[in-house]
Amino acid sequence: MHRRGVGAGAIAKKKLAEAKYKERGTVLAEDQIVQMSKQLETFKSNLEEFASKHKQEIRKDPQFRVQFQEMCATIGVDPLASGKGFWSEMLGVGDFYYELGVQIIEVCLALKHRNGGLITLDELHQRVLKGRGKYVQDVSQDDLVRAIKKLKVMGNGFGMIPVGGSYLVQSVPAELNMDHTVVLQLAEKKGYVTVSEIRDGLKWEKERACHVLDHLLKEGLAWLDSQATGEAHYWLPALFSELTSRDVTPEEANQMTP
Amino acid sequence: MDRFSWSNGLLEIDETLVVQQRGVRLYDGDDKECCLSIPLSQIIFFEEQAAGIGKSAKIVIHLHPSSPSKEPGPFQNSKYSYIKLSFKEHGQIEFYRRLTEEMTQKRWETTPVSQPLSSGTGTQAGKTRAVGIVGIERKIEEKRKETDKNISEAFEDLSKLMVKAKEMVELSRSIATKIKDKQGDITEDETIRFKSYLLSMGIANPVTRETHGSGTRYHMQLAKQLGDMLQAPLEERGGMMALTEVYCLVNRARGMELLSPEDLLNACKMLESMRLPLRLRVFDSGVMVVQLQSHSEEEMIASALDNVSDLNTNYSSSLSILLSSLSFLNYFPRLLLAEKVGHLCRDDSVEGLRFYPNRF
Repeated sequence: MHRRGVGAGAIAKKKLAEAKYKERGTVLAEDQIVQMSKQLETFKSNLEEFASKHKQEIRKDPQFRVQFQEMCATIGVDPLASGKGFWSEMLGVGDFYYELGVQIIEVCLALKHRNGGLITLDELHQRVLKGRGKYVQDVSQDDLVRAIKKLKVMGNGFGMIPVGGSYLVQSVPAELNMDHTVVLQLAEKKGYVTVSEIRDGLKWEKERACHVLDHLLKEGLAWLDSQATGEAHYWLPALFSELTSRDVTPEEANQMTP
Repeated sequence: MDRFSWSNGLLEIDETLVVQQRGVRLYDGDDKECCLSIPLSQIIFFEEQAAGIGKSAKIVIHLHPSSPSKEPGPFQNSKYSYIKLSFKEHGQIEFYRRLTEEMTQKRWETTPVSQPLSSGTGTQAGKTRAVGIVGIERKIEEKRKETDKNISEAFEDLSKLMVKAKEMVELSRSIATKIKDKQGDITEDETIRFKSYLLSMGIANPVTRETHGSGTRYHMQLAKQLGDMLQAPLEERGGMMALTEVYCLVNRARGMELLSPEDLLNACKMLESMRLPLRLRVFDSGVMVVQLQSHSEEEMIASALDNVSDLNTNYSSSLSILLSSLSFLNYFPRLLLAEKVGHLCRDDSVEGLRFYPNRF
């Protein structure tokens, strides 16, 4: 096996280099990799032992999940990086969050025709719970947030916008800058916003307000109600509460558009 | 259960909606029951009862005896001093969390009270330290001690585990620095092994700053599997699928040992270099798709042009159907591509984005 160069000259050179390193007390990288492999085996069996005692805790206790995730983050480890990772394989955390990811994507897709790809975390939570059925374990909003963070790498514009003490979850790559976000936050209380409210509340020029509202309309995130008393109302379906909305399937929506 | 009063379900002036959960069944003690209200100040203590087979998760709420000046409710007296809320449609975790928050804050004690009822209840409860309460308090203490013991043991074990994991992280950083500075002689084999160690531990690859352990054998295997598995679905969908759609498809098929989003992404990144008939494509908007290799650029432009001439005759209905379905993903990038090359031009208005053949 001629891995490190052939010939007496090369061997001598190598011996010199090794001696120099040993002098300085530096360990060679390849030796460290061997060391890591051993430590990995030990760690794996420690994790197995932990799992046999406490796997249920993680499954059942959302508070414990939060602590676990935070501890991992502190030391620089991502237990959800890969389904092939030890954490996922032995503690089962992976499948829990990856499946949640699938359910989140499906809910967002099903409602996109209605809200343009923007949904409150509360509504998402309710619908995911409903979809999961009665005999599966409960999920918290923190679980959803972590699953969404993982979904971001797949580039479909998954993001979270802070609004009214909670979040709006965005699932389409619509470009939303600070101006759009601020208008969404303003609309949160009543589910709609008007040009005057933006001018009064944010002290913007009319053009700036209209530009932002036009963009939201175009992206399908806002609906224009020009028949409202007074001036036009811009409604945000994402912010409709259950009390004031009725579910419409995509087929029904198509029949309604002229 | 005589602590309840009838209410009209709407919020009073000094009430705020904290959390709403549908599908919660009320039990009077252990008796099954059927808009009722209890002021939070009436709650002494509450605890969770885990779900069992055929039983949904519950929250048990222990209450003070009701004051004689309470508004009328469905029952005049009850043999129980606790109620159970049964969460038939889940939501118990959030409800429990919010209830804990509210009981810690005790906002009703600081809010200016419009009815004298609340303060009256408080002092009366102080006077009537009934027998039942002592028993409840003892149970609370025992339960708390046991739960604490379980949790603290789990946390202790977890902390020990984390210490070991941290050592691994530091070791891997040291190795990575040496690889970068080319100290020693690392073979390709060793590099691949190192990457797979990082993958197992969930440590980000410090050398390339790329997603964890990309380019490992695991991802190569995955890439091959994807190549087989996605042929038919891709052909059905006109040769292109969003990465999120692939994620759902693959994981639903697996059922167990699911792929993480990063696993899928890393596997797809290898498709081209492994000469598989699919590849990953990232558009300017950030949308990621998997597409069949057979779909060359010329073909895409040609099909985009065909579609545009079709659409112009019957514009609004066909386009709205297109846009509202997933197949939108297939057409939009093609339209953009055709526009880039100069075959189409766009009309951008509030009503939406339209494409026309470029006759300029």
